[in-house]
Amino acid sequence: MSNQSQVWTYERAIPSDLTLGNQVLEDLLARFEADGWDARQIFGIRLALEEAVVNAIKHGNCLDCNKQVHVICRSTVDKIWIKVSDQGEGFDPEAVPDCTDEEHIDIPSGRGIMLMRNFMSRVEYNDKGNVVEMEKHRDHGS
Amino acid sequence: MAVHRRLQLTEVGDVTVVRFVDRKILDEANIQEMGQELFQLIEEEDRKSLLLNFSSVEFLSSAALGKLITLDKKVKAHGGKLKLSNIRPEIYEVFAITKLNKLFDIKDDEADALASF
Repeated sequence: MSNQSQVWTYERAIPSDLTLGNQVLEDLLARFEADGWDARQIFGIRLALEEAVVNAIKHGNCLDCNKQVHVICRSTVDKIWIKVSDQGEGFDPEAVPDCTDEEHIDIPSGRGIMLMRNFMSRVEYNDKGNVVEMEKHRDHGS
Repeated sequence: MAVHRRLQLTEVGDVTVVRFVDRKILDEANIQEMGQELFQLIEEEDRKSLLLNFSSVEFLSSAALGKLITLDKKVKAHGGKLKLSNIRPEIYEVFAITKLNKLFDIKDDEADALASF
């Protein structure tokens, strides 16, 4: 595979529908697999992307199909950059309780952002909290 | 007995061994259904010893983790026992990152888990 084939941009705006969100996810994962990302890294990217898209559709836009979720992904040989935006009110990611604290360990929600931060190289929200940017750097192994 | 679409059940002595139909537990509707079927085992079928065997599961989202946490609460409230087994390394990492490996009793394989009830 030539390196040139790994440089691409994907952009899609979808209504707040989880089935359409899943299609975006599968489209992107097929591209990452074709670009030769290893299974372990794809596992982490899938998890982070799935959390970001589902959060945008479900919690950001509150499943309102009149509101859109915008996904942009740029891929280069060594890096994937993903931006997921919704049209909701936003939220403060720092206000989400740390679910690894003893007192919150049995709370059923709130683990998505923690998993995104762990599996991606960089995760940042805008001030409003309705746009998340994530980067994954390719691990070339030892 | 209730119909289970997302779960496969087998009985080993007093223990109900649960396997998952879906290899990837991430679709919202499937997670809801999976959760209801798991809760039914405790609340309606009054099963006391549950072993969740994850051997077929390749991926699960944080929403699925939420259902497992709620299940754990329900099992404890009913005086039962819940154990997990056969979790592949990348999924175990998800449990470890979120420290849920401390909340759940996780065994390497089904035999270990069955012996520990």
